[in-house]
Amino acid sequence: MAHPFMASALADQRAEMLEEIGAESVEELFEQIPQAHRLAAPLRLPPQLASEAALRRHLLGLLSRTSTCEESLSFLGGGYWRHHVPAICDEIAARREWLTSVWGTPSSDQGRFQAWFEYASQLGELLDLDFVGLPVYSWGCAAGHALRMAARMTGRGRVLVPEVLDPERRAVIVNYCGSPELAAHLGLGTVAWRRSDGRVDLDDLAAKLSSDVAAVYVENPNFFGVVEDQVAEVAVMVSDAGAELVVGVDPLSLGVLAPPGELGAGLAVGTIQTLGVHLNAGGGAGGFIASRDEERYAREFPTLQVSLCDTTEPGERGFGISLFAQTSYGAREQGNDWTGNSVYMWSIANAAYMAVMGPQGFADVGAAILQRSHHAAQRLAALPGVRVRFPSGFFKELVVDFGGTGLRVAEINGALRRRGIFGGLDLSETFPELGQSALYCLTELHTAADVERLVAALDDLLGDAADAMVSDPAGAMPSPSAGDGRR
Amino acid sequence: MSGTRGRRYHAAVWDEPLVHELGHPGRRGALVPGVESEVAAAAGDPLALVSPTARRRVPPALPELSEWEVLRHYLHLSQQTLGMMGVSLFGTCTMKYNPALSESLTSLPQVREVHPLQHEDTVQGLLEIVYRLDLVLRELSGMDRFVFQPGGGADAAWLHVCMTRAYHADRGELAERDEVVTTIQAHPCNAATAAAAGFKVITLPLEEGGRASLSALRSAISERTAALMVNNPDDMGIYNPDIGDWVESVHSVGGLCFYDHANFNGVMGKLRAADLGFDACMFMLHKTFGAPKGNGPAVGAYGCTERLAHYLPGPLVTAIGLDGKPDPQGASFDLPAFGRADVTFRLVEPERGVGRVREYLGNLPQVVKAYAWVRAMGADGIGEASDLSVLVSNYIDARLRSVRGVTRSNPEVGTHRLEMCRYSLETLAQETGVGAVDVQHRMTDFGIDAFWLSHEPWIVPEPFTPEAGELWSKEDVDEWLDVLALVCAEAYEHPEVVRTAPHRQVTHRLDGGALDDPARWATTWRAYRAKRPAS
Amino acid sequence: MGRLVGFLVNPVAGMGGRVGLHGTDTAARAVEARRRGGSPVAPLRSARALRRLASSRGADDVTVLAAPASMGAVVAASSGLRVRLLDVGVGNPTSAADTAAAAAAAAGAGADLLLFAGGDGTAADVLSAVGRSIPLLGIPAGVKMRSGVFAATPEAAGDLAAQHLRRLARVPDGEVLPALLTTAEVVDAHPADRMHGGRSHDADALGERGRRAGEWAGSDRAVQTAQPAVEPGPMANTLIGVALVPRADDGRLVGTKSSTSLQGGTALDTLAEAVASELDPETLYLVGPGTTTSRVLGALGLEGDVLGVDAVTRGELVGVDLSEDEILGLVDEYPRTGLILGVIGGQGMLLGRGNQQLGPRVLSRLSPDDVTILSSPDKLVALRPALLRVDAGDQASFPWLTGYRRVRVAPRRYMMMRVDAA
Repeated sequence: MAHPFMASALADQRAEMLEEIGAESVEELFEQIPQAHRLAAPLRLPPQLASEAALRRHLLGLLSRTSTCEESLSFLGGGYWRHHVPAICDEIAARREWLTSVWGTPSSDQGRFQAWFEYASQLGELLDLDFVGLPVYSWGCAAGHALRMAARMTGRGRVLVPEVLDPERRAVIVNYCGSPELAAHLGLGTVAWRRSDGRVDLDDLAAKLSSDVAAVYVENPNFFGVVEDQVAEVAVMVSDAGAELVVGVDPLSLGVLAPPGELGAGLAVGTIQTLGVHLNAGGGAGGFIASRDEERYAREFPTLQVSLCDTTEPGERGFGISLFAQTSYGAREQGNDWTGNSVYMWSIANAAYMAVMGPQGFADVGAAILQRSHHAAQRLAALPGVRVRFPSGFFKELVVDFGGTGLRVAEINGALRRRGIFGGLDLSETFPELGQSALYCLTELHTAADVERLVAALDDLLGDAADAMVSDPAGAMPSPSAGDGRR
Repeated sequence: MSGTRGRRYHAAVWDEPLVHELGHPGRRGALVPGVESEVAAAAGDPLALVSPTARRRVPPALPELSEWEVLRHYLHLSQQTLGMMGVSLFGTCTMKYNPALSESLTSLPQVREVHPLQHEDTVQGLLEIVYRLDLVLRELSGMDRFVFQPGGGADAAWLHVCMTRAYHADRGELAERDEVVTTIQAHPCNAATAAAAGFKVITLPLEEGGRASLSALRSAISERTAALMVNNPDDMGIYNPDIGDWVESVHSVGGLCFYDHANFNGVMGKLRAADLGFDACMFMLHKTFGAPKGNGPAVGAYGCTERLAHYLPGPLVTAIGLDGKPDPQGASFDLPAFGRADVTFRLVEPERGVGRVREYLGNLPQVVKAYAWVRAMGADGIGEASDLSVLVSNYIDARLRSVRGVTRSNPEVGTHRLEMCRYSLETLAQETGVGAVDVQHRMTDFGIDAFWLSHEPWIVPEPFTPEAGELWSKEDVDEWLDVLALVCAEAYEHPEVVRTAPHRQVTHRLDGGALDDPARWATTWRAYRAKRPAS
Repeated sequence: MGRLVGFLVNPVAGMGGRVGLHGTDTAARAVEARRRGGSPVAPLRSARALRRLASSRGADDVTVLAAPASMGAVVAASSGLRVRLLDVGVGNPTSAADTAAAAAAAAGAGADLLLFAGGDGTAADVLSAVGRSIPLLGIPAGVKMRSGVFAATPEAAGDLAAQHLRRLARVPDGEVLPALLTTAEVVDAHPADRMHGGRSHDADALGERGRRAGEWAGSDRAVQTAQPAVEPGPMANTLIGVALVPRADDGRLVGTKSSTSLQGGTALDTLAEAVASELDPETLYLVGPGTTTSRVLGALGLEGDVLGVDAVTRGELVGVDLSEDEILGLVDEYPRTGLILGVIGGQGMLLGRGNQQLGPRVLSRLSPDDVTILSSPDKLVALRPALLRVDAGDQASFPWLTGYRRVRVAPRRYMMMRVDAA
């Protein structure tokens, strides 16, 4: 009996193949591997679940012990956000023609090449930049590559990143900067934020923008959700210092926020997850790198990119890989950084997403997010002891300070979780200067009722807390749960 | 199909315009949920919420299409992609069946609609799957701990060089240990990630027996050696029997050894990286373990021994028993059935970890798919898959011997090769002027998508590298071989037909002159219009 | 304006291969090859290249300036390309002198490119006649093709020629075109008279070891044991000179069989700059022959003798094309001496017979760490077997020269190569 995944596992066909080979047994074919290297004992793996029915039952059992952001009410974001994914994005990205295969010829893979090109082309319109590579693993990886590109372009060895930065992303960037003991290490400096409005501190930037700085990285909106309205000024400062500006963006914001190209960024990076990719427990991550269409940028890309070009048939269009030779595929360790299996399937979902949204869709979703997040800010700020740190000029995320409630964010989130609500990301450990603050995310999916449910829940548990404070002034609160809320 | 003339195939040619050329102003493919009146009233004019310097002034020039137009457009493009619809023996990438069940399970909200920063208590099911696959890979490799954060094989190599830095830095030796040794036939990502991390790269060439020699290795290593990064077998299907001595030699000078298991299909269930002495290894869940390749999302599962484990990137999924201690059953497979109240799964940050090579835990849908594949196959199935891969590869080898113009790489190595082998069309090229790329194109005329040529550098001239794995039937493989033989014969009789192929594809061959020309390359439609205003 | 392609065929090239001779580059060998039943290879192969050129885009603008009769015109006439005859005579049988005369005539007639069919011997004859006045491109049709001027296949030669001519069409006439051209070494297994600029091609010029041993001399044994001799075993490759060649994007030249485009050019320049920037001011550097090492001098803004041994210190050239005695004199003047060597030709020759200046007296003054070996990675990867050779008995007596050595292929990149005494 042949396993359903193994067509040739049949005695007669095995025999036919062995005969053609001229071997007695399959074991003979492994003659190169010394006996001493062979596994001594049989593998101890969990038992086979040969039928699809049994396997499905087992996996559904495991998965059932997972709560989702769909059935719960989630305000988690932090650089990774739940937006609506149009159903056709899923259908298109799951097509078998491009699900498994890797590369065909430009002629036989024409459809996929065109879809990739349309991903880059539409993203370029959002970014106002002309040169767009195929995606990399994540936003953090894209930022790391872009900073390294800038270092090679300028021959300088320091980069500046904002203090207001997702700790996960920052950890990725740190690895891309290398080690001081080794060659080509990039010194990593940080630019402070203004306590008044959460924006990047231009004075601090000016002080740190020395002649050894290769690149300055800013995000817009920044990790606190605050819209940086001085990117154009930053661009001038950076350019005057002979450095490169790398702007990190969520492309979903670009229906309402000014595109990085227009603001003077030579390089832009960001996530592609918001463009039609599900959360996937983090498995929806993907990053893009884009630049002006100038040779000095293009020659430093580590990615593959699809270029529209001609074919041997006059008037016919084709697509090919541009600047292959400068990647590690083409030049091994002589290439720019390295290139690997990435998240190209997501770029097809992205292409479909951008196409269904169109210019009006991006304007609408941006406006809805602006309105919903500012509305929620007002509602939350009305709660006793709660304040919104930067009460205006943010997009999608806002810093909610619970300092006045006497409760820790971990406690609040634990209590919310028991009410089926995932509270905002706890910032109390990563940004202690914000006290007991949490980063709340509101997208086009949060209704007014959702916000009222959150407000009611908070009101309820804050009321309990106030009662407890009255009865127990020492502040000894019952611990909401064993969970520490670090997630 | 007919074995002698090939399948009567023609690619779908929709002559599909670019998405930008479709649609009509004002058309919509998706609507955004409207804000309630109380929200609108409270927030006011949305644009007033953004300072004027930060507002977009000109709308993006995106296409405007109805939903069906978008769907139909991309369906046309998918149909203009041959991929696995024919027979694809795309070597080094181990094309597998991606079980439909896995695709449907990972479409469930329990996977799709989970935020990576949710509290552990809310994702016990997913964490358990991660932990279970960790245990499976420990058994398959002998390693002590796996992480799934790397987004592919190259990213796992990157993680290894990050781990290597951390390990030697911890000993205060990193400044003196700045060399990584690899071989010329190891995947380019090994050398490239080492160089990107700031290491010098020393590459060993292939010598007698088609292998890099132990003597060359011994001459290359010293107290400056930080790590060895190799695969085994290589893409020619040649296994290095001295690998134990290699590892011992590198260890003797204080270096770490990384086993790039890109070619695991030929040896799975036969040997284990840790048993051979390696400190770390990498499996590709997206090829070897049945998750889709498709150029990603992917996972390079990275495993290491206990001595390196505290350098791993966080967070690690750990099972905690009632007593609060990790790994309640040790690294055993007698893991309790799901939902047992005395085991919970927690996320732990390793003490001296390298941080992150990518945000979050990794591509968890691929982890779920890999776990499902392992359970569908079982230990015996995995061993059988390895047997079949090697059997079919040798069957291909046997049949290729009689194809004129084809030679085998390292012909002096007479042993059977493992799960793939590289061949050369140099003879064909010399005698007919038809090279491997020409043959590749011509085969697509019969519904056979491109074979893999070779990673750089091309040690084997005019290379091609078929690999059937356990997926393809003998009939499929025969069809592939028949078409290759047909095309090679055609090269001798009508070389122009092959040289000008494809003739039945979506487009003709590229005129690639623009691809590397700054004045003409165009990676976006806006760049194309700027550079070629006439078109 | 149309483009002119000089075209010449060494009609006896390649005949020796299948009959066990290592070439037909002397009249005597050609006669012997015919006697053994060799058949002409070059006409067929050059016809394939021209057919490819004729079917390429822009072929209408191309005029072939063909050498007469069997040296070009016969093949060119059936190619479909426009043909003009070069005004030179041709002997019967043809000779090296005829090759040189035809090449010179093509250059004199203003050809944009000289396409020739033959092997290393033919390349050497062509180069001796035209030097770097015109780019060369070899159609592989000989037995030995170790020089960097040959395309991998006749079709690749046709493609590369067509591509080069199309590129020329895109730039104004008279423009200097460094971006379209690169340099390639021409090597040959020939006696010392070539080194001195002679281009004698007669039957007595038998200096090379294989011929001294009488292998070729028509013994029956040689016929019986004949292999399709593409690997005639270790022979001294001598660097004859440096030719201009069209730059290939896809690296389809012999010796760069990898498809990477990092061949020659920029990658080696980066390496040369790194080496130049790391030179120790107290050390005298002896720079061996070849285009790779000459790039180091180039990075310092210096020009030495690409065929000889030069000396440099503190950024200054202190000796050009030095003799052994001159080298020894210089070595005495400096506290330390370094030696920078490149890999010559397609056979991995590190030190050959052309480098007698670097004999035992010089080598005895050096230690292993004093020697830096440079190469493009492609050149090493193309070696089969993966061996570098020191081909001189005396030099080989310095064991530290042999064994495994690091070859620098780029800044911070090495290949671990075995060096054998050949």
